[in-house]
Amino acid sequence: MPCNHPPQHRGARGVRPLAWALVAAMVTGCATTAPPQPWEKGVLARPEMQFDADPLDTKITQHIYTSKEAATGGYGAGGGGCGCN
Amino acid sequence: MRLSSSWRELVAAAAAFLLAANGTLAAAIGDVAPAFSLPAARGGTLALEQLRGQVVYVDFWASWCGPCRRSFPWMNEMHQRYGGRGLAIVAINVDAKREDAMRFLQQYPADFAVVYDHTGATPGAYAVKVMPSSYLIDARGRIAGIESGFVEERRAELEARIGALLGGR
Repeated sequence: MPCNHPPQHRGARGVRPLAWALVAAMVTGCATTAPPQPWEKGVLARPEMQFDADPLDTKITQHIYTSKEAATGGYGAGGGGCGCN
Repeated sequence: MRLSSSWRELVAAAAAFLLAANGTLAAAIGDVAPAFSLPAARGGTLALEQLRGQVVYVDFWASWCGPCRRSFPWMNEMHQRYGGRGLAIVAINVDAKREDAMRFLQQYPADFAVVYDHTGATPGAYAVKVMPSSYLIDARGRIAGIESGFVEERRAELEARIGALLGGR
């Protein structure tokens, strides 16, 4: 039986569209997902969705961190470096 | 510049997408205010058409929106001062759960009309960009002013606008 296409050639041809499909999916990615509208942000506004859900815990953590690192600032609040924290 | 038809289609689609995404086709000052007919907190439904001939202050709010808490006492004040002179305040709630809105209303009672839209159709039609957003609609049903957010310093100006729209009434 004559075989015009060597197996590796056939394989490469089969993979190419797949590769393009993958590239297309990766490039467009999240672009197809519509961002939430301003009136749809109820869940995002919940306390448990914040980075610092507990303000007191954040404050204590920051206090310990600045004490250990001997440096303050970088988190919005001012810090003079006088060592008086 | 000559483009092949498929390219032209692509460009047209991209332009349409950008227009839709940026809300350029949204309600603007001078446009006829998009109609709505929504269930009211006091029972029944309230439609914008029913308020034709009055100056309408449409406010989009949610229970999770911080500045909305400060806007409610102000809207009560406006309702007391101008309600008799032809101002109708309609606060459209956009909460997904009505119970959240009702809890908010217990804390911050409203003397004016409150309606519910959990579908997002009305804020979509008005292309609300910020919560809260308010639209001042004149007696002919056209948008006369758009207010994004609720800022304390702008209260006097907003009140002056309402007064100007009411005119000598």
